[in-house]
Amino acid sequence: MTTRLALKNITKAYPGCVANDDISFSLNRGEIHALLGENGAGKSTLMNIIYGVVQPDAGELFINDVKVTINSPADARSYGIGMVFQHFTLFDSMTVAENIALALAQKPAEVSSAIEALRTTYELYVEPEKLVGTLSMGEKQRVEIIRCLLQDIQILILDEPTSVLTPQEAEQLFALLNTLSAKGCAVIFISHKLSEVARICHSATILRRGKVSGKITPGQTSLSTLTKLMMGDQSSVTKTECRAASQSFLTVEGLSTRAYPGDDTALKNLCFDVKQGEILGIAGVAGNGQEALLSALSGEINQYQRPAGDIRFNGQSVIAASPVERRSSGMGYVPAERLGRGAVANMSLVSNALLTCYGQGLLRYGFINIQAVQQLTRSIIAKFGVRTPGIEANANQLSGGNLQKFILGRELQQQPRLLIAAHPTWGVDISAQQHIYRDLLTLRDSGCAILIISEDTDELFTLCDRIGALCHGELSPLMAANQVSLDQLGQWMLGEFAHAS
Amino acid sequence: MDLDLLASLLYATFRTGTPILLVALGELICEKSGVLNLGQEGVMLMGAVTGFIVVSQFDSYALGIFTSVLTGIVMAAIFAFITLTLQANQVASGLALAIFGTGLSAFIGTDYQGQSIAGLPSLAVPHLSEISVIGPAFFQHDILVYTSLAATFLLWWNLKYARLGLILKAVGENPDAANALGLPVLKVRYLAVLFGGAMSGLAGAYVSLVYTPLWAENMTAGRGWIAVALVVFASWRISRVLLGAYLFGLASILHLVAQVFGADISPNLLAALPYAATIVVLVILSSNQTRHKLFAPLALAIPWHKSR
Repeated sequence: MTTRLALKNITKAYPGCVANDDISFSLNRGEIHALLGENGAGKSTLMNIIYGVVQPDAGELFINDVKVTINSPADARSYGIGMVFQHFTLFDSMTVAENIALALAQKPAEVSSAIEALRTTYELYVEPEKLVGTLSMGEKQRVEIIRCLLQDIQILILDEPTSVLTPQEAEQLFALLNTLSAKGCAVIFISHKLSEVARICHSATILRRGKVSGKITPGQTSLSTLTKLMMGDQSSVTKTECRAASQSFLTVEGLSTRAYPGDDTALKNLCFDVKQGEILGIAGVAGNGQEALLSALSGEINQYQRPAGDIRFNGQSVIAASPVERRSSGMGYVPAERLGRGAVANMSLVSNALLTCYGQGLLRYGFINIQAVQQLTRSIIAKFGVRTPGIEANANQLSGGNLQKFILGRELQQQPRLLIAAHPTWGVDISAQQHIYRDLLTLRDSGCAILIISEDTDELFTLCDRIGALCHGELSPLMAANQVSLDQLGQWMLGEFAHAS
Repeated sequence: MDLDLLASLLYATFRTGTPILLVALGELICEKSGVLNLGQEGVMLMGAVTGFIVVSQFDSYALGIFTSVLTGIVMAAIFAFITLTLQANQVASGLALAIFGTGLSAFIGTDYQGQSIAGLPSLAVPHLSEISVIGPAFFQHDILVYTSLAATFLLWWNLKYARLGLILKAVGENPDAANALGLPVLKVRYLAVLFGGAMSGLAGAYVSLVYTPLWAENMTAGRGWIAVALVVFASWRISRVLLGAYLFGLASILHLVAQVFGADISPNLLAALPYAATIVVLVILSSNQTRHKLFAPLALAIPWHKSR
């Protein structure tokens, strides 16, 4: 076995924190190596060093036993390093082929035919002529993976690749990684899902607060040991028995939309209900009508068109109500996009809190009661464990997980009777995730009706009392979560439910 | 209306539209890279005055035009250094550049105020220029008009089909992602700003050497501003910039024609017509938000620096 990549004593400090402190690890030919750790543990910085985006303060890098200095991503690519970023490095106004052509210095037409070739070798496909701006998160990630595969790569870095895939797609990815590994390509696999790591990774390095806290062989180490190495002592969430009310709180009848702008899937005659005290989960790969469903429920869709069918809160039809009216009748909403929909990037947490909480006694004669808003912001931060430089920090200064805790906390603060949450823990580290799960379950037990739309099946099985899936704008049957197998749910996510039941 | 009038209308439309077209093309490239340079009016005036002085001193149009372009590049380099290297606010720096250029050009040109030169001779295209109506309208222009049309086509082709265009769009849409891919963000932006300056310098030369071959303080009369506005209302699309520039040219000519025919409208009102007409038409065209978004450089006017 030869060593593909070796890191020796890598150190990188930013003002105020040491992101990587004396980190060493090595990667053999064909090895799939997991890098584990919470957000902020230093994984991203380390990957950016390997990919040449940032330079280390100290330490050495070896590729195939030769010492190298990687000054730029172009250097990294010339050494055969490919990276799939967690935050996609794609350009919305360009087509798939153009995006890939840009990185590979080829002509879009050549790239299109290369994409077609990959379709047969790896069963991985995105239409080359589609505009990236119209793709779902899952498809965008596929574009990133395709872009790496089209280069002659020896080392592939994947930053949380499975968070947007169905179980079947994840299986395909794993098969793909095994093929690559067999061909001698080394893989660095960053994930929060320990079960995946245990399944496909040959070895793992665990980071905690910028330092290596352990090196293990995934199959031979128990999950609880792993969890402890990553986050110290914290018990993980277990679901308690559901005490759902018998009457439905949210009733959706025959909901149909035309294609929603930015999402080419329309809803077809959706019928479901959510009761108080239960969590309903709707699975599905992005782009199958989730956008349309979310905006129909939040009321945003009324800007474009009134959907057909009916939506009732607590017996009252709200199909014609605006988002503000729906919120004031007790609906809380945690949208998929944190920056842009959930919070305003360049506004402070205080202002962001005011945005949806203004009805909570924060206004006095139409004027903002600044002290009350600050008080509320502080209480959200304290109650939900949001790590932030302060209440005046802008929303975009917070990490994804902390911002999500803040947005969720802001909605929970209003004691909603119905909460709709999209991808509540997407890209969130394991301790923040457990925190959010606990909050959602507490909310459920206090009698709130909760609807979760997510691509993460582990999440849905952990949280939900009933479960279904959305595919091509149609809803599968809804069943109790403990009676649905992962395989069954995967089938639903692929649309195989019309003839089944 | 006879055909000769039509021919001379078209001829004048081209001539009047050309300086705006030149500036707008340069500004479009600049904005596509994510830099908003509001100072083009000042750059244009500096190009106009330096070109005029060189021609009246040395009697060489080639040298004059070269000087104008060079002056434009120097002016743009100042702006680029302030906004890209020092990361100052682009709007404020652009406004300062416009005021600085206007003042400095007036100062440099004091001794030449009101002087005139013989205009750049036109370049009739053999054979084609002899066709009636079409010949005088399209094929009896000077070299700069043809240059501006060639530049329009080249830039359009580059933005649509070439790698250079992709790089430019990438840098203007998402500089962080472009940097992660290893594209030289600052270098691209520098070059785009300098190109914008060169085009404005050339437009300045057109105004003082061809369109009205004389020097008068502030002689560009807001064309630099209208060109900047044109880029936005044209939704950053070359074809619409071309359309807008000639629309402006046509409207400018029409107000002269209207005066000749003795239309009973205040001449001041008529003089405002081209500005109003251009903007109204382009606002209507750019009302489709999704299309607008598709072409807009998302990172426009946001300072960017490499390490975070």
